[in-house]
Amino acid sequence: MWSNTRSGWGLISIALHWLSALVVVGLFALGWWMTDLGYFDAWYNRAPWWHRSIGMLLLFATLLRIVWRLAQPTPQAHGSRLERLAAHFGHIALYVLMLAVLFSGYLISTAKGRGISVFDWFEVPALISGLPDQASVAGAIHWYSALALIVLAVGHTLAALKHHFLDRHDTLVRMLNPARARRR
Amino acid sequence: MFKRAAIVTALSAASLAVAGHALADDYVIDTEGQHAFVQFKINHLGFSYILGQFEDFEGSFHYDPDDLEASSVEMEVQVGSLHTNHAERDRHFLSDDFLSADEYPTATFVSTGFEPKGEDEGVLSGELTLKGETREIEMPVTLMGEGDDPWGNYRAGFEGSTTLTLADYGIDMSDFPEVMHELELYVTFEGVRQ
Repeated sequence: MWSNTRSGWGLISIALHWLSALVVVGLFALGWWMTDLGYFDAWYNRAPWWHRSIGMLLLFATLLRIVWRLAQPTPQAHGSRLERLAAHFGHIALYVLMLAVLFSGYLISTAKGRGISVFDWFEVPALISGLPDQASVAGAIHWYSALALIVLAVGHTLAALKHHFLDRHDTLVRMLNPARARRR
Repeated sequence: MFKRAAIVTALSAASLAVAGHALADDYVIDTEGQHAFVQFKINHLGFSYILGQFEDFEGSFHYDPDDLEASSVEMEVQVGSLHTNHAERDRHFLSDDFLSADEYPTATFVSTGFEPKGEDEGVLSGELTLKGETREIEMPVTLMGEGDDPWGNYRAGFEGSTTLTLADYGIDMSDFPEVMHELELYVTFEGVRQ
């Protein structure tokens, strides 16, 4: 139910996967929209506040997710040897890009030593600040890695659909149904 | 028993309503959006000035245009956040030669009175504690503006400045020229009404 097996994903992995998917797409859209807001727009301050708060929560969830992924069995990959290899590196790239986007976002806001307030519940301290041009460099990394993440996520989606409709693999089904993890 | 509970409830509701009214004139200094600055300007050997600021502080104030005498301000400044664009000079200022920031990490200002003078102006008096010494100071202040901001809050902003004699705060400047014995303190901030 909760844990992964070689045949399917457990509920924790499934929940983290779809939650991340939803939040990544949401934050990308929010970030795209909010960076074009004018100074006098009512959302000028509020939208970044949401973006930062949700982003920090996703950073924690992603670190947890990576730990869980490494600690748990990974379901057997489907397809040809080349496909499995591409999938493996694609998945690593997705994790790396997510960390890059999240961490560079953190470095933008903390560039001058101030922490990030998460929904005014608590503050994530600024651990790294004062690097040369930190906010600008981190900002560029944030934008390009976010763009790359979305492109790769589209590829990830297309690959999942190919497995499901063309190859008739259970790749997509087992990311939806934790019962698949029970079958041997 | 029930009667008493009802009275207590009614009383606390009434006191909440009173507190709620008072809160309407209470502002928190906008250090989140950093529309607030605590700066100083001190002569350098008669040649020029050193300008610096404290980057980490917080504060609140009470401001009611219909009851200006009741105005009050409280601020707490982290002395170690002093910044003059020169790390080694900052360290020197914070050392025992001047501010002893390790021993006295915070400076505070608590107002004791406000005297309105003309339109949007007045003199704020209060107790400034710096390096463990508390002195009564007066600071002429100006209301720069108040009103709704574009993001759904109500703001009021002020500026003021005063001259401090450093010896009053146990800072020995006797080795330095006379012009360096005083400094000008400049404060400007916006508050967000709570």
